[in-house]
Amino acid sequence: MAEVKLTGISKSFGDDVALDNVDMTVPDGSFVVLLGPTGAGKTTTLRMVSGLDQPDAGDVHIDGSSMAGLTPAQRDVAMVFQQYSLYPHLSVRQNLEFPLRSPMLKTAQSEIDRKVGEVAEILQISHKLDNKATALSGGEMQRVSIGRALVRDPSVYLMDEPLSSLDAKLRADLRIELKSIQSDSGATLLYVTHDQIEAMTMATHVGVLDHGKLVQFGTPRQIYEDPVSVYAASRLGQPRINVLPASVFGGAPSGATQIGLRPEQIIQGEGEDCQVDRVEHLGDQTRLHLTFKAQNIITVTDAHTELRSGDNLKIRPHNPFYFDADGVRIA
Amino acid sequence: MSFSVTEPSKGTKWFAGILVVGYAIITIIPLLWIIATGFKSPTDSIAYPPVIVFEPTLEGYVNLFTDRTRATEQMLEDAGPPQTWYEEIARERGTVISGPSRYGERFLNSVIIGFGSTALCMILGTMAAYAFSRFRVPLKDDLLFFILSTRMMPPIAVAIPIFLMFRQLGLNDTHLGMILLYTAVNLSLSVWLLKGFIDEIPIEYEEAALIDGYTRFQAFYKVVLPQAATGIASTTIFCLIFAWNEYAFAVLLTSGEAQTAPPFIPNIIGVNGKDWPAVAAGATIFLVPVMVFTVLLRKHLLRGITFGAVRK
Repeated sequence: MAEVKLTGISKSFGDDVALDNVDMTVPDGSFVVLLGPTGAGKTTTLRMVSGLDQPDAGDVHIDGSSMAGLTPAQRDVAMVFQQYSLYPHLSVRQNLEFPLRSPMLKTAQSEIDRKVGEVAEILQISHKLDNKATALSGGEMQRVSIGRALVRDPSVYLMDEPLSSLDAKLRADLRIELKSIQSDSGATLLYVTHDQIEAMTMATHVGVLDHGKLVQFGTPRQIYEDPVSVYAASRLGQPRINVLPASVFGGAPSGATQIGLRPEQIIQGEGEDCQVDRVEHLGDQTRLHLTFKAQNIITVTDAHTELRSGDNLKIRPHNPFYFDADGVRIA
Repeated sequence: MSFSVTEPSKGTKWFAGILVVGYAIITIIPLLWIIATGFKSPTDSIAYPPVIVFEPTLEGYVNLFTDRTRATEQMLEDAGPPQTWYEEIARERGTVISGPSRYGERFLNSVIIGFGSTALCMILGTMAAYAFSRFRVPLKDDLLFFILSTRMMPPIAVAIPIFLMFRQLGLNDTHLGMILLYTAVNLSLSVWLLKGFIDEIPIEYEEAALIDGYTRFQAFYKVVLPQAATGIASTTIFCLIFAWNEYAFAVLLTSGEAQTAPPFIPNIIGVNGKDWPAVAAGATIFLVPVMVFTVLLRKHLLRGITFGAVRK
């Protein structure tokens, strides 16, 4: 396992800047999740580390040595693609064996059998080993594709939205499984997703990317509780943080134009009146859609609330975030 | 009344079925005719109206594979009774077999040149198509058009320059010369067809193989080739059919050593008058390799022909 260090990585595709001077250190044994919407540069970052694409500028170091000019094979990385990319002409077993049989590894047959059996067990695909890769369901394919990375013992695992095409139950199971595999083996893992639950539950560190720039890097709690900008704050939190003009509540510091309120930063039953527009009972919690001085606010309340639409509710902010006109956090 | 876009009605299916069967019969008649003529006597072969029921004989095949001389009564007596069934057939026509004909050699030439050029063409074509499909080749479109343009003129248009070049290089009437020539002519077809097939294979498979510890060439060999098998099979058949049947270049550039079967078969006509059964026998045997090859790969061929019609 190894530390991955990106220094000054830039990459453009024609006129599109995919990565803009990204510096990031993925500590040895950490689980780093890259967050950001489509086009933020998450996948490009993975491809830079894997060697599938070369940066226009900057350098990638794995375990202290520069990866410049090295092929993906020489970098000793394992990658899970978003689109499974199982070899369709091979069986599930052959797919899992493929990396072990490579000229880089040349594993002994007994070792191959042991590892493939082990991984198949973890991913619950033992009974499918002799199926053709194309005869699997989407979820099974993705598990095989994760398995193909796990059979190896690479310096770093790269995963590009590996769980995005799975159903909710499997996603929850594999989330736990991946996390425990990672923490047991001490593997370094760089993981791309736009699912914030994956980020919150699995990550030791989260990197927030915005248009090719790394805007914040820290633990999930740091990003959640101490975001550097409106953008970073909006990446995490369900329901999303409410961003309102700073003037709707009093007490904004000078220079603040926007106020950011997560549900727990809104105290109910005190302060000023607002109107309840909609009440959504989600079972374990209830969401309230509120109108406050012509602004929409979404917050969370008690699961068994008696509030109905049309009711009045008093609210007041509690330790809110303040942002300036550019969305940069100032308090 | 109900209409379905996907499922044709029963009537339509019957109509289409009859049409296909009718077309198949029309196309297969000349083939059956040739095969039948090979087993006819010379008289039956030119009878009008054509004889459908006839007494089969192997005379055509014997004539195809042997050289015979007209024998006098005296010669026949001296030679004694015929030793083999084919000698017997020759005797019936008042001839004795003087030796094997050149058909065997010519057929072998066809095999060497046809399969040789097809193999070479596929090796080069697959690699070129892969490069055009995957890499940023400077002037890619122009190069592809240039490659295609080599196929635009009829062979006869370039035959004379090629003849002169071959004479200078000592390639006239050599196996190597013919293999190179057919490879060059077929390469445009194979590059274009195969590029289409390789384009359809998602690049992620190779990227996965690169990450899994393989080199670019190993990824090509282990991941791309197996998935392009269908395209390779059907392109192989197209190339083989061209190289196998090619006549114009073969007539001009080969005469003995490397002559293929197509220019040789018409020669048979001249040996002993118009020997149509022998010609038909030559044509029938000539059909066999390509037919066997096509039948072996028919599954791929069908997919290859319909390829590109529907985009998945």
